[in-house]
Amino acid sequence: MIDLIQTYWKSYLWSDGFNLTGLAMTMWLLVLSCVLGFILSIPLAAARTSRNPWVWRPVWLFTFVFRGTPLFVQLLMIYSGFAGVHFIRHSPLLWSFFRAGFNCVILAFVANTCAYTTEIFAGAIRATPFGEIEAGQAIGMSRATLYRRVILPSSLRRALPAYSNEVIFMLHSTSVAFTATVPDLLKVAVDVNAATYMTFQAYGIAAAIYLGVTFLLVALFRRAERRWLAHLQPQTVQASPRNANPRPKEQAC
Amino acid sequence: MTLSLEGYSQLILAGTWVTLKISLLSLVVAFLIGLAGTLAKLSANPVLAWGAGLYTTLIRGIPALVLMLLLYFSVQMDLNRVTEHFGLHQIDIDPVSAAVMVLGFIYGAYFTETFRGAYLAVPRGQMEAALSIGMPWFRAFRRIQFPQMMRFALPGVANNWLVLVKTAGLVSLLGVNDMVKAARQAGNSTMRQFYFYGVVAVIFLAITSLSQILVHYLERRFAIGIREARL
Amino acid sequence: MKRFLLLGALVALSLQAFTLNAQTIKLGTDPTFAPFESKSPSGEIVGFEIDIAKAMCEKMGVKPVWVENDFDSIIPALQAKKFDAIVSGMAVNEKRKQQISFTDRVFHTPAGMVVRKGSGLTTQAASLKGKNVGMQQGTIFEQYARKYYAPYGVTVTPYKTPDLYRADLLDGRLDAVMDDSVVLQTTLLTKPEGKDYEYAKPALRDEIFGKGAGFGVRKEDAALLNKLNKALADIRKDGTYAKIAKKYFSFDPYGD
Repeated sequence: MIDLIQTYWKSYLWSDGFNLTGLAMTMWLLVLSCVLGFILSIPLAAARTSRNPWVWRPVWLFTFVFRGTPLFVQLLMIYSGFAGVHFIRHSPLLWSFFRAGFNCVILAFVANTCAYTTEIFAGAIRATPFGEIEAGQAIGMSRATLYRRVILPSSLRRALPAYSNEVIFMLHSTSVAFTATVPDLLKVAVDVNAATYMTFQAYGIAAAIYLGVTFLLVALFRRAERRWLAHLQPQTVQASPRNANPRPKEQAC
Repeated sequence: MTLSLEGYSQLILAGTWVTLKISLLSLVVAFLIGLAGTLAKLSANPVLAWGAGLYTTLIRGIPALVLMLLLYFSVQMDLNRVTEHFGLHQIDIDPVSAAVMVLGFIYGAYFTETFRGAYLAVPRGQMEAALSIGMPWFRAFRRIQFPQMMRFALPGVANNWLVLVKTAGLVSLLGVNDMVKAARQAGNSTMRQFYFYGVVAVIFLAITSLSQILVHYLERRFAIGIREARL
Repeated sequence: MKRFLLLGALVALSLQAFTLNAQTIKLGTDPTFAPFESKSPSGEIVGFEIDIAKAMCEKMGVKPVWVENDFDSIIPALQAKKFDAIVSGMAVNEKRKQQISFTDRVFHTPAGMVVRKGSGLTTQAASLKGKNVGMQQGTIFEQYARKYYAPYGVTVTPYKTPDLYRADLLDGRLDAVMDDSVVLQTTLLTKPEGKDYEYAKPALRDEIFGKGAGFGVRKEDAALLNKLNKALADIRKDGTYAKIAKKYFSFDPYGD
């Protein structure tokens, strides 16, 4: 076990000497997908909550398909499926993109997380107290300004707990990237297993690293919640002679 | 573009059946483990509570695929050790059963969390009243707590079920001959990967859509007699 | 309660009896290695090694039962007792001998690399620099590539099954693939989609490739190993081996 760690620790964490591998690659996949997915999902969420069926139906179709099918199948489709489509294979521009496994993985991940995030944000937008919107409209705010200054700030905050779940889910989902030959953390574990046949150790180390990163993300999001959702924290009762038996401080979940 | 399955229909149908079988059986296992886990986590016994807490934290902090790869061989090897120790003939676990056990074990943790919230949502007075009239605990749980719990648990259960079905799409990476593996083999042999993956995607969509319709119907059924807040 | 226990005991005993009745041996294989082992369109497992194993089982008086398993996990599966022997074109080399025992040689065919015609790629690391070479995970070809290619700037990409690396080669994602030369011939070069591909030169030789393929058994199964070796020697002596070989090859796969 010890010499396994000694031989392979670098591969697990950031590089096997030639490429970005392991944890570094996984984090890069996660950050890139989540950032791009987040940015794309905001206009999509706004469209999803529109009253115009020509606007919200296409977005609904997108989220329906990408939330209703496994990420693995989506990845296989983009990596193997598209490569077999004549139009893509023989177009120099498209093929130069789809040829690289990394690009296919990012495309699949971005589409997937965007679909889930769009639904999360759409739900949060719908839950905006109508009074706030009315007030904004009453003082003559345009649609865009209304979104920018009233709806989005409050919705994004409201969506934070659900979005934090989505990010952690995305971290776990990145483990499927190795099927498109991208050298992420799980791929290093698979390679180590193939080289040493020490199955439990090879995968166990990867599992421990994922666990560590998950804890880190949970802690980070909890801190973010405390900052941005401070107004929603439960109130604590001050101990004083008048409150001889104060209510126990409720746990923010 | 022809719509035939080029003779692979048998393979894909068999694979679909395997995927469904694994998903449904895992759901049952996960459901049962979830119930047990919730009771453990909420029990007064600190060892049980701590153990259950460790279980849910560990399992939910590691990707399902990594856990599957980690446990898939260990299950058979450990069982071998047990049967050897007791001098019994070896019990072979076929890939499907191993996949069901592993998936059930993993999603048991998620169900534990779902049921925990649901359990706490039922007014405590209900169980207290049942116990106070002398009902044995298990009967009180079965007739009073559990039905009311399920109403609250339903959205979480539905969500977990959808995630479970989609994770079951990964079992081909364990070597199980499921729907995705069938599509991969068919696609690579005929060089029509796009088509076959499309077929599999449609099947998954059908499963998830049907599930959502079923859940909607169940939600309405469980909520008979309850008035929902409507704006 | 007592009745329940009695019933349970009866069921357990009957199950034992049922499984002990048949004299079977479970053989693990990854049937993606034509012509040595593959799956026919009807789903039957066929191939040269399969036939050899069947002949050997006949000599030993047992019935073979085939268990499919991906190649990269076939050794752990053997150790987990999912089957009793590996019949999967597994080359005997030092690294593997640390994990399991091997029978005497069953066949020995050289390793090969396939590249696109006219690409000018050779099997030397310098020519493959910056290119992407694929092979099946867990094979000696992966070991060779990692040792001799990866340190020189060649991208080594292992795949779970051969049809995956074949798909990526035909897509143009891979510049070269490595596998047993006979397998490459049967599954790629003689197929219509393989018409633009050829062997790369010079021929690959190294001790990593071992001295041929054998059947793998668990280290503690010495009795089984002896039985298999005897059966193998028997079918070689009485001409069964040659007869089966002629069915598949125009040359002698035993090698020298």
